Amino acid sequence: MNQILEILGLILIIIGSIFLFLGALGIYRMPDVYNRLQAGTKATTLGGMSLIIGVGLIQPDWFWKSLILVIFIALSNPISSHALARSAYKSKIKPFFKGKEEDLDAYKEVVERNENN
Amino acid sequence: MKESTFSAKVMHFFLSWALLFLVWLAFTSTLEIQEVLVGAATTMLVALFTLRFFDCCTFSFLAPGKLYNVIKYIIVFIIEMIKANFDVARRVISPSLPINPGIVKIRTKLKTNYAKMVLANSITLTPGTLSVDIVDDYIYIHWIDVKNTDPEQAFKDIAETFEKILLKIFE
Repeated sequence: MNQILEILGLILIIIGSIFLFLGALGIYRMPDVYNRLQAGTKATTLGGMSLIIGVGLIQPDWFWKSLILVIFIALSNPISSHALARSAYKSKIKPFFKGKEEDLDAYKEVVERNENN
Repeated sequence: MKESTFSAKVMHFFLSWALLFLVWLAFTSTLEIQEVLVGAATTMLVALFTLRFFDCCTFSFLAPGKLYNVIKYIIVFIIEMIKANFDVARRVISPSLPINPGIVKIRTKLKTNYAKMVLANSITLTPGTLSVDIVDDYIYIHWIDVKNTDPEQAFKDIAETFEKILLKIFE
């Protein structure tokens, strides 16, 4: 039984590290801050979660603690990335576009509203 | 924010105390009498001091009739989150970097701040979308692969499944 749990935990840790690596690669490859946040948030949620659960499976004493950590990650990760994105457009960082002006409409609206307030 | 009645506050206090105490038990993972007593005292103090920050209807979703929808929401959320991870991983790996980013806005029918917060967080963790700001009824979303700039259509693509369940839970 312990053997099985350990192998399962190791598999989860490997999956987690692959996703964390992809998140880092995404931060390197993406063109602007918003897209980088996309890669940085999503790949790291699943990566961090499966890594922590993997550790919890290898050390069964820590299993409940690791479960709580996973819940905290799921709750706090989107909030922190939302705060970063919000501060990015508040300091008027223009998003990257592939030459389509109409995609900018919503962005302009947000910036205008902020200047009026 | 609404002024809540005294009995609602007492109810609220006990619920948050119970929740914090459960977290404490899971963290210490022991039933030794010392640990449990210290935990009960600490969590009571924390519940008391944070009471005024969680004033409104935070725990209303624990009502028995809504539990089915809460569980359904969690399952849908986990599936979407895993899909989101693979989606972003695919975009990062492929050499041509297939992105077409833009910011769109959608309109939500949810009324309370709490419900809007849950919706925005779910949007952030689902494939290709990142909520940037909430202004009144509108949520501004950075979309890594824009398909529609029209608010109605974008809403259908991004938020409809979540909002349907959330409406049942919160309203």
